[in-house]
Amino acid sequence: MADASPRTDTSTDADTEDKNLRFQNNQLQATVASDGSDKSRDQKTLRRLAQNREAARKSRLRKKAYVQQLESSRMKLTQLEQELQRARQQGIFISSSGDQSQSVGGNGALAFDVEYARWLEEHNRRINELRGAVNSHAGDGELRIIVEGIVAHYDDIFRIKGDAAKADVFHILSGMWKTPAERCFLWLGGFRSSELLKLLINQLEPLTEQQLLAINNLQQSSQQAEDALSQGMEALQQSLAETLAGSLGPSSSSGNVANYMGQMAMAMGKLGTLEGFIRQADNLRQQTLQQMHRILTTRQSARALLAISDYFSRLRALSSLWLARPRE
Amino acid sequence: METVRELASKKAAVIFTKSSCCMCHSIKALFYELGASPAVHELDQDANGREIERALRSLGCNPAVPAVFIGGQFVGSAKDVISLHLDGSLKQMLINAKAIWF
Repeated sequence: MADASPRTDTSTDADTEDKNLRFQNNQLQATVASDGSDKSRDQKTLRRLAQNREAARKSRLRKKAYVQQLESSRMKLTQLEQELQRARQQGIFISSSGDQSQSVGGNGALAFDVEYARWLEEHNRRINELRGAVNSHAGDGELRIIVEGIVAHYDDIFRIKGDAAKADVFHILSGMWKTPAERCFLWLGGFRSSELLKLLINQLEPLTEQQLLAINNLQQSSQQAEDALSQGMEALQQSLAETLAGSLGPSSSSGNVANYMGQMAMAMGKLGTLEGFIRQADNLRQQTLQQMHRILTTRQSARALLAISDYFSRLRALSSLWLARPRE
Repeated sequence: METVRELASKKAAVIFTKSSCCMCHSIKALFYELGASPAVHELDQDANGREIERALRSLGCNPAVPAVFIGGQFVGSAKDVISLHLDGSLKQMLINAKAIWF
């Protein structure tokens, strides 16, 4: 249906478009009903109808594209708003014109978030390298190098977390540096090794009797250690609550003021021990990973590391879906 | 140091703690979970507390509490205990020292 005349946009509204077509069809029938000398008019009408159809189709496509663009912009906007919210919570001053940003006291938190993002990127790169090696049936030697690299790389993040906990223990405890779905499973500023091992046991077959026993023992031991640390944390909470409640009561007496100060000082001391708990929890995670690596063969370790990484990737993907979900 | 050695050899499992220390609470909980009944010495309730604390630090225990001894031997602080528990050594040590039987 090639022709040189310029196409015009007849309508963007389906109803109007339908009416147009119906009107044109009626016109056409009327034209056909008359005698043959109107053949050239028929041709013109047919051409015009074809042009209209084409224009309407193009218009619909443009509208679809526009709506899709709006949707993705909306998602982006939501993400940006959340980032802004997060940044504000961390005490970063963001002016309304958006062209200035200074950190105010939230420096430790933001710096850690950035370092963690960088570590994660490098981790994913290594995992992809491992996946490639496994899929291409690489030899044990090559696999071992990559696997050891990943295990050593885990050491990096535990060290970084340790430093960050010294600067801002509550940021680490909050889990705000992780995605929402990961935060569901937060325990003392990170993941639960015992749960991870439970997930892995099915993925790791075939295991020898010895290995199965060792992995089960490791899972049980890490769970016992986790429970012990949890109990310590509960004791800390209780102790903190008692300390602060102890300073309640009839006010305005110099003895009470001194009491208040003393109790605040004690409470401060207790808060200071939180960092120790995070450190032991991270130590637990690190040791469990290393112990697991010792129990398994290189190939099994490779599979385990891939499974762990995939699991956390899914949690992060779930978080993204959640954040982008349509809301009324 | 003598006090420490003496106290440490009195029972198969001995833990030095402070009543205000919540990490000590964790380590005690772990021992109870394993079925051990460690002797617990709270330094802030002990007349020789300061001296014992100094001795523990000189053994390399930092923080000084919790400090764990099994079969009279210095095992370490919280971090060491957890590491040993994860590789199965802690249980074995407790069995060898007859603090537990299985």
